[in-house]
Formats: sequence, structure tokens, C-alpha cells
Amino acid sequence: MWDYSDKVKDHFFNPKNAGAVEGANAIGEVGSISCGDALRLTLKVNEDSEIIEDAGFQTFGCGSAIASSSVLTEIIKGLTLDDALKVTNQDIAAELDGLPPEKMHCSVMGREALQAAVANYRGEEWKDDHEEGALVCKCFAIDAVMIEEMVWANKLRTVEDVTNFTKAGGGCAACHEDIEAILEKVLKERGETFDPSAAPIEKVEAKVEKKPLTNLQRIKKIEEVIMSFRPQLMADGGDVELVEVIGNTAYVNMTGACSGCQMSSMTIAGIQQRLMEVMAEFIKVVPASQMPAAELVNIKEAGHA
Amino acid sequence: MPDIYLDNNATTKVDSAVVDAMIPFFTEQFGNPSSIHRFADGVAKAIKKARSQVQELIGAEHDSEIIFTSCGTESDSTAILSAIKAQPNRKEIITTAVEHPAILNLVDNLEKEGYTIHRMPVDKCGRLNLEAYKNLLSDQVAIVSVMWANNETGTIFPVVEMAEMANAAGVMFHTDAVQAVGKIPMMLQDTKIDMLSISGHKLHAPKGIGVLYLRRGTRYRPLLRGGHQERGRRAGTENTASIVGLGKACELAIEHMEYENVQVKAMRDRLEQGIVAAIPHCFITGDLNNRLPNTTDIAFEYIEGEAILMLLNKAGIAASSGSACTSGSLEPSHVMRAMDIPYTAAHGTIRFSFSRYNSMSEVDEVLKVMPSIVATLRKLSPYWDSINNEPVADPEQAFQPTYA
Repeated sequence: MWDYSDKVKDHFFNPKNAGAVEGANAIGEVGSISCGDALRLTLKVNEDSEIIEDAGFQTFGCGSAIASSSVLTEIIKGLTLDDALKVTNQDIAAELDGLPPEKMHCSVMGREALQAAVANYRGEEWKDDHEEGALVCKCFAIDAVMIEEMVWANKLRTVEDVTNFTKAGGGCAACHEDIEAILEKVLKERGETFDPSAAPIEKVEAKVEKKPLTNLQRIKKIEEVIMSFRPQLMADGGDVELVEVIGNTAYVNMTGACSGCQMSSMTIAGIQQRLMEVMAEFIKVVPASQMPAAELVNIKEAGHA
Repeated sequence: MPDIYLDNNATTKVDSAVVDAMIPFFTEQFGNPSSIHRFADGVAKAIKKARSQVQELIGAEHDSEIIFTSCGTESDSTAILSAIKAQPNRKEIITTAVEHPAILNLVDNLEKEGYTIHRMPVDKCGRLNLEAYKNLLSDQVAIVSVMWANNETGTIFPVVEMAEMANAAGVMFHTDAVQAVGKIPMMLQDTKIDMLSISGHKLHAPKGIGVLYLRRGTRYRPLLRGGHQERGRRAGTENTASIVGLGKACELAIEHMEYENVQVKAMRDRLEQGIVAAIPHCFITGDLNNRLPNTTDIAFEYIEGEAILMLLNKAGIAASSGSACTSGSLEPSHVMRAMDIPYTAAHGTIRFSFSRYNSMSEVDEVLKVMPSIVATLRKLSPYWDSINNEPVADPEQAFQPTYA
């Protein structure tokens, strides 16, 4: 049996807001009976304020799928649609005091149903980036399709490359054999041969500076790393630029094909990984669109120290 | 902790008589059976006795045909790898689509190494087509490996007949009999089965002990090479206490065989009849006319297995599910998929597996709680119409996910 938190169990045994909402004006449906998880989220949205007045769920799935749906309805009730859209799958998992890594897809399903419901309310078409690949890395819930796409897009050659770009294989290492099989397959399609001892691509040596860097040196270094990604992104019709560094967060703009690309979050994760290797410190890479407006005004106080 | 244990195909409680038999081999009789001093004497004799106890349960002709291993998986791997090493010119393996992962993952790997794997399909009841099987047999086949009984549905395959056919075609035959040994009678000396796997913990012996039956005269290559234990066929100091325990468990299995086939079967039958009568939209999977007496696998449509297990567990009942969500993958059990059980049911299968430690009153307890568990989950399901208490018409159409 999975090691579920007490909150997961509580939401499973005593689900909140089960069933369809009467007079719902937003419906989001994701999943399917074939993949074993399906969620219909119904919302009653106040048309003047866009506040979610009521939310209900109907879920076909395991204990954590039902718990994730239940907690999602609790989180979003009372929020405006815009605020509700800021709820991430990590927020859903955190509200449940965590989910086993293999079950993170349940929280993803909750977020997707929410996006679908909001799109439905607004008369928009919603497209998910959910793929039905076999789960390869259970530690970070990464499936075969995503790994294959990253191997193609970034011309990855080794398991280490895959881990650097997707996090897959960075945990318990049980999936390394499966990752090798994917590499073998994609490299074969590319007319190459998989060589397990090949050097990781564009290996950037970790340079641990002995002396602390000045703000300017630090930002320059961060920019240097980000620049090193540009040729590869530009080749695919996209680009990236550094907008601001505040504390340990680097804000970037993804442009061209990278903006709105399904894989942009993976690209950002890859940049973040590389930055951490080079800078030997924890650095978060975040799209500039998420930069708090207040920080722009109070940039001096924001901790460049 | 659950009070009612109905997951005996996963593992069984160690019989107290088995524990009693084992204890001296941790304390007074600790000698290495390979030594020549007096500390080894009793130990070597105990292993010999255990060998003959296993021999009797499976009806082997010679006690030397019993090789002690660490588990069913080791026995399965030894059998298949031995067969391909002993016959390097044969590059094909025949098995079924519903084998235990101990076989399927092994042959998947061998496929990557260039072997051709024939995974025989099954019909909706989990049965094999023997005519198609016959056509696969050739001098290219190194080994046939077919389970005696399926761990999920209990469906029994005609392995005795299949071994005859393999033998006639000059092909080695192995059976993973982990679920069948001790539950149904067998007399290997009257068959053409060359190799057979046993796992101790499925028949009230401890975990970590298994047997590979190897018919005398079968070409063989050991998996573990080293010392001369098990006549050089499986090196490594004997797991003496567990071997003794397995021997005792085999002796007890012979004693209880009739009970398994009459009383245990009666409990199983009462449970499934009660469930099917009380709960709409559920059905029993597998070959109902040819099953282990202790196993039932019931598909509850429109709900998911792990959720059922969690509610059963809360009610003090332990069972198991072939549902994907208990394993972390997206696909439901490969056995259900092979039988072409529709997705509306395949995700909601629950296996109840009994042993001689269960009772009719436990069955009644399960029957008491099961209908409300199913109703609770169906109430939450988008595929169930709670107002009319029936499945929504055409579930795939009624539910329109934004992506398909």
C-alpha cells in the first residue's frame, strides 16, 4: 500500500464537494477510462466577479486521484478564475501534505481539469500537454514520450544528459535501463549508435569560484550560461533572454517557438540545472511573466546583496 | 492492521508447525551441511528429509530432481537461462501473455539479446489455443515456459498435455507452478514436464526459499556456479532452516489438499456468488470451469481497484488488485488486457485469495461491507449515473475529455 499522508486519507475517506454542481457554468473533463484516471470538474462561476462560488468533482481513479480532486475543489472555492489558474499541481500536492512520486500525475490531472473548466467558461479551446507515455522515472513522474521528445529536441546522447534536461533518472536510478533503451531507440532513428560511455553533451565544467562574486560578476556569469543555450534554441526557431536576477531567482523571457512551447518548462528546468552546476548555488529560473510587479519597484531592497 | 486476510496468492502465513520445525536450525543445529564433523550430520539429514517431502508433494520420481533455490523467480530464471545456454543453436522461446513478471521481464530482456519470443495470447476466459501452440513448436525452440495456474485469476493451463506436445516435438518444457503447488494434486513422474518452479511462501513456508524441479536427464547449466552444493547445480550454502520449513510445509500441504479443494473452495464460491448476487455490474474473470480452488478475481465496473482496496482495508479486509494504480503504471493488469477485459472493468478488478486459515464468518463479513464500498465509489465516478443508479449510457461518449 502507498504511504499516503493523513490528509490524503482524510480527503479520500471523507471527500469534499463530491458530485456535480447544480447549475454549473464551467465544466472541465480530463483523463479517460482507458488510462484509469478521469475527472470531471464542475464550477459555478459568478458572472460579474468571476469568483468560483461552488465546485464539485466526479472522479474515476485511485485513492490519491479522489483525494486530489477533493482538495482541489476546496482550494479553488472562493477564488477568482485568474487566481484559480495560478494553482499549480504542486499546490494541490502540498495541500495534501505531499503525494508519493508515482502519484503526482493525480495532482496534474486536477490542475488540467481546472484549466479545462476555465477555458470552457471562457469559450476557449484548451489543449493539454499531457502525454500517454509509460511512466519511466517514478521519482519525478516523467514518461517515455517526454524523454523521447527531449532526446530529439536537445540531441541528448547519455543518461546523464537526460537527467540534466528532464530530471528523469536523477532519483533512485532504477529507470536508467529504460532511459538507455529510449536513447538507443531515438539514436537509431537518428542514424547514430548509443554509446553509454560518451561524454555528456556540451559539458560545462562546474567552476566553483573561490572568491565571492560581485553582483555584476554573478549576473554576467548567469547570462553567460543562459547565452550558451541560445544557439540550440535558435536552431529550433526559439530564443531566451535574461531579464532580471533577484536573489536566487533568474527571470527569463522565452521567445519565438519557445514561447508557448509545450516543452518550455522542461527547457527552463534544463537551464536551471546547468546554472546550478556552474554557479554551485541554488538558482531558480522563472519566466519573466511571473516576476512580481512589486519587485520591479523595490528592486534595491530585493536583496542583491 | 486488517483482521481478514484474503491475499494468499501474494503470500501466506507461515504455519506454526513450520516455524517449530525451523527453530532448531537457528539454534542447536547450526552446522554447515557441507562440513564433515558431527555438527553437520543432523543438518544434512534434515535437508535430505526436506528434499523427499518436496518430492512427495509434486510426485517426482527421484529426490535428486529437487534443487533448492532462493525463490520462484530464481527457479524461473535458472530454468530458462539453462535451456538457452544448453542449446545455443535454438533461438526461440514460447510462453504466454499472462505469465508472472518473473517470466515476462526475463523474456523481454532475452528478446533484446536477439531471441524470438512467442507470447501466446489467451481468449476472454484466459484460455490458450493448443492448435496454435502446436504450430509454434519446432527445432528452433529452446524452451516452452507456461504457468500451471495464473496468479490473478487462478485459471489453470493444461500443462501436462502441453508438455507432452513439447516432448513429442523435442522441445524442453518448464512450468512456473508457484500458485499451483500445494493447491492441486500433481504427479510429475507421470508427465513430460522437464522443469518446474516452486516458491515456499505461497504454501505456508517462509519467504526466501524456492525449488527448481529438474527431471533427471534434462540438459542443464547452473545459474549460480561456485561450491558443490545441490550437486553443483546451485552453488551457495544451503538456507537450511528455510529448506526444513519448506519440507514441513509440503508435508502439511499433502495433508490439507482435500480441505483446500472442498472447504476452501466452498468459502471462495460463497464469496463470489454473494458478491455477484448483491452487486450489479460486476463479473468474475478467468476460466470459471478450470480454476484454483482458492482464487477469485472479480471486476467491479466503473470504479478503480486501489480505491476499493483502501476502503476494504479500512473495513479490516486485505485483498489485492490488478489495477494500474497499485503499481504506478498507467496500464491495468497485463492479464486483464490479454483477456480483453474492457477498460470499464479492467481497472476495477479485485482478487480474493483464500487459505486454510480463513473461515466462512470472514466471507460473511466481506459480503456485508462490499456492496456499500462499491456504491460509495460509484457515487464519485463520472461513469456512473447516481440518480438512476446505473452506468451512464456509453461511458466513452458521455465523458468528453478535452483531449482524447
